[in-house]
Amino acid sequence: MPGETLIELEGITKTFGSGPAAFQALKGIDLTITRGEFVAIMGPSGSGKSTMMNILGCLDVPTAGIFRFRGVEVQKLDRDQRSLLRRRYLGFVFQGFNLLARTTALENVELPLLYRGETKAQRREAAMHALDQVGLVPWASHTPAEMSGGQQQRVAIARALVTAPDVLLADEPTGNLDSERSVEIMELLRRLNGEGITILMVTHEEDMAAYAGTIVRFRDGLVERIERGAEELA
Amino acid sequence: MLGSTLLLALREIRRHILRSILTTLGIIIGVAAVVTMVTLGNGVTASVQNEISSLGASNFIVFPVRTDRGTIRPFDEADVRAVEQQIAGVTIAAGNASANATAFYNGQDWDTRVEGVNNAFLRAQSIDIVDGRPFSNDEELAGKNVCLLGIKVRAAIFPPGTSPAGARMRLGDVSCTVIGEIEERGRGGGGADDDNAVYMPLKTVQRRFKGSDKLDYFVLKYDEGYAPAVIQASLVDLLRERRLLQADAPNDFNVIDTAQVNQALGAATGALTAMVAVIASISLLVGGIGIMNIMLVSVTERTREIGIRLAIGALAREVQLQFLTEAVVLCALGGLAGIALGFGASIGIASLIDVPFVFDPMINIVSFVFASGMGIVFGYYPARRASQLDPIDALRHE
Repeated sequence: MPGETLIELEGITKTFGSGPAAFQALKGIDLTITRGEFVAIMGPSGSGKSTMMNILGCLDVPTAGIFRFRGVEVQKLDRDQRSLLRRRYLGFVFQGFNLLARTTALENVELPLLYRGETKAQRREAAMHALDQVGLVPWASHTPAEMSGGQQQRVAIARALVTAPDVLLADEPTGNLDSERSVEIMELLRRLNGEGITILMVTHEEDMAAYAGTIVRFRDGLVERIERGAEELA
Repeated sequence: MLGSTLLLALREIRRHILRSILTTLGIIIGVAAVVTMVTLGNGVTASVQNEISSLGASNFIVFPVRTDRGTIRPFDEADVRAVEQQIAGVTIAAGNASANATAFYNGQDWDTRVEGVNNAFLRAQSIDIVDGRPFSNDEELAGKNVCLLGIKVRAAIFPPGTSPAGARMRLGDVSCTVIGEIEERGRGGGGADDDNAVYMPLKTVQRRFKGSDKLDYFVLKYDEGYAPAVIQASLVDLLRERRLLQADAPNDFNVIDTAQVNQALGAATGALTAMVAVIASISLLVGGIGIMNIMLVSVTERTREIGIRLAIGALAREVQLQFLTEAVVLCALGGLAGIALGFGASIGIASLIDVPFVFDPMINIVSFVFASGMGIVFGYYPARRASQLDPIDALRHE
């Protein structure tokens, strides 16, 4: 239900390498994200926002600290368990779209369902529904090469949505798009957020961050400031 | 899960159809070679065994050989009678004397061989008469001018569709009455073509063609209840005694055991099969390395894809299974193509070199399973590598 705590970070650190060459990307992050939030993570290059995103996406584990997702301590899970977590609860949207080439939009969207052992008919139905959510049903049988960047990103969003995840993680989703397409994508994300999905987005564009209800600003591996959105303040 | 993995594998293969075909070419050729060689080998074995059995499984062939002094002492009918009567286990002993002659009938002529044999010889060699009758006792004893025709002679000088039985034909200067035909035989044990021959009573050939009562060789058939080695030993003893050979003198005759010839041919076929197996293994190994190479290329090329799959929640073992499945499907398809190619090649070559096409389901199944196994062996490492990729690095891969 909205308002319930979904993600809790306590004293998260992440160190890459060891010895004198060690680099501490995160230096102790405390953060709580509730269900239904639209969070933008901002910060200059090297501020640790990508590392944060990888940890939030359960792709990486913190060096120290506690990361609770739905009450589960993710840092204690092994690789396969984290995979299962991603499969069930997380959807990813990347800056570079990362669609499979020479594969139709429909097949791309179906991809996460292949790991769920659903029937072909179930997959087809769910994938068409997801394409419908992003307004690309007519493009179902086109390959990425035949689509614009904005359309490709919408396919990627459909792929993230097809499993009905709790959280959508978007890493610079508009980074490769012109401003008009960017606005389209952000409107889409805002609409999906309105329908109840929690969105965590990394961006360095203030315009895009403005769509989020919460902006978390990173600097030098630490949270510099958290700005709760207008609607919450109002 | 397996269904969708198979689907993904087939999609991936279809996506790189030319590369897939080229990659599996090694497997295709390897399997085709094995299937073809084994099938042809079976055909050759079958036809050799067919001829051996026509020679008689439990037979000895005895013939004189040139001594150090350059002389040959042929056997005669008395030797044959002695062998038949004095050696336990011998059921038939029968001599043969043959000569070349030209067969004439109705203006046609044909160069052939006249085999002087009695019914006992025909029985010992399992030579069957079709369309006609064997020699009578009287014809054998008196050396009458009657003959049985080999199938090629009959085809060469008699019009098709007519029965030659009762016809009078001529062999060189000798005229004779045809009393029957011999079944189709193929090439005989001694390399002579049994089908291109005319069979006359032994005495007739000795008198009319050879001018001597000697034999070229004789055969003997033995009861299979007796040990061939024992029979052969007493045979050699008896013949040495009859030919008054000194104890230190070498045999001036030779005894061939057709069972041994049979074994030797079997061993030769076995050696051939082993050689084929080695060649095939090498070719399949090369094919397998090709598969491994292309799978490694594929893993590198699709690093990003693997990253995406891992990010959306594929387990390491699912990624591994996917690549392994791809390799196995590739190899299995190669195996099927190889079997099809081998099947076609076997039929073609078998008819070309005139051996029967003997379909062996076992070798087809074995090569298919083996080819698919290659996929597991050579797909394992690339698949493992794919599954161990870190999703974050894989997603960043350019």
